[in-house]
Amino acid sequence: MSAPVKENPVNKYLRTERMPSIWCPGCGIGTTVNCFTRALDASGFDLDKVAIVSGIGCTGRVAGYLKLDSFHTTHGRAIPFATGLQLANPDLKVVVYSGDGDLTAIGGNHLVHAARRNADMLVVCVNNFTYGMTGGQVTPTTFRPAIASTTPYGAYEETFNLPRLADSCGAVYVARWTAYHVRQLAKSMGEALNKKGFRFIEIIAPCPTLYLRRNKLGDGLDEMKFYREKSVIKHGADTREVNLDFRQEITVGKFVDRERPTLEEAMEKQMTKTLGSKYVPYQSPGKKPAWS
Amino acid sequence: MTTTATPAPKKDKKFKGVVVINRESCKGCAFCVEFCPLGALDLEKDYNAKGYHPPYLAKPELCNGCDTCGLYCPDFSIFGYREKLEQAA
Repeated sequence: MSAPVKENPVNKYLRTERMPSIWCPGCGIGTTVNCFTRALDASGFDLDKVAIVSGIGCTGRVAGYLKLDSFHTTHGRAIPFATGLQLANPDLKVVVYSGDGDLTAIGGNHLVHAARRNADMLVVCVNNFTYGMTGGQVTPTTFRPAIASTTPYGAYEETFNLPRLADSCGAVYVARWTAYHVRQLAKSMGEALNKKGFRFIEIIAPCPTLYLRRNKLGDGLDEMKFYREKSVIKHGADTREVNLDFRQEITVGKFVDRERPTLEEAMEKQMTKTLGSKYVPYQSPGKKPAWS
Repeated sequence: MTTTATPAPKKDKKFKGVVVINRESCKGCAFCVEFCPLGALDLEKDYNAKGYHPPYLAKPELCNGCDTCGLYCPDFSIFGYREKLEQAA
């Protein structure tokens, strides 16, 4: 092996001593992490002010691979942890990076309420239509009639339309991309990092070992080619019309981009209205308190 | 995008594309080979230590260092960059 003449530009964002990753060959999660590091690189943020929180699962490993302040929470509880982190230190840019099973099934309640309260965080949901790490069980996004380890005769439940869920709960930024749309995804992540409020990005990614193999859909590369063929970019599309179906067209794009008062702003407004000058706004740790 | 196997030599070319590949961390998913906009990459016949076929720059004259391979790589094993050519300066 010849030593690389130049360092990979994303290496400074990665814990390279933990590489190679646990992800299977053909998995799309690594590609989304690559896009995220590019977005981080372009944004020029102070990396001490960016925190990443993940739940459990294949995508939950992202927190362990990024060289940021990171936390690997219990299953489904990435969003509550991130809400607390952001409220305690409002200077932080908090990113929740997790999978569909973690965010929408086990942590579904937290997703709904964080969006309702407009907690200031970016939620990146890598949707691979299955629980990868635990053996391919059915998730709220597994299509009918896909085969999973808990539905050997085909799934029969209605699926979530995640952009619509986030939109109707009040997210200020909602986008969906696939692992194939790397440039658009990196740009979208950069945009979302610079916004305030609850931002939600769904990324459709191949799971070659469990979802694709069980459904005889080929390997990760075949799925990426399928995304290239079947995805249609519709910016600003009505989220009611972007539902996914088994092997059908995938509508991608930026669906929602609006402004709403965040949880912190709403609290400050109400408290100032009620308490007047007695109210002391919360200070981030490290900053000099206003009263000293 | 259409490319020909033997493009007309560009006299005013100011840079050349360079691709750096870490053979040992590659898992042979071939995303870079499939999605290279110019089709400059291909998989090696040889195996790396883990038993995968890593990519190599099969057509160096086509590469323009756009780094699309670097953006697709799930294992951070490949990236491209542009190197300025001295005679063009």
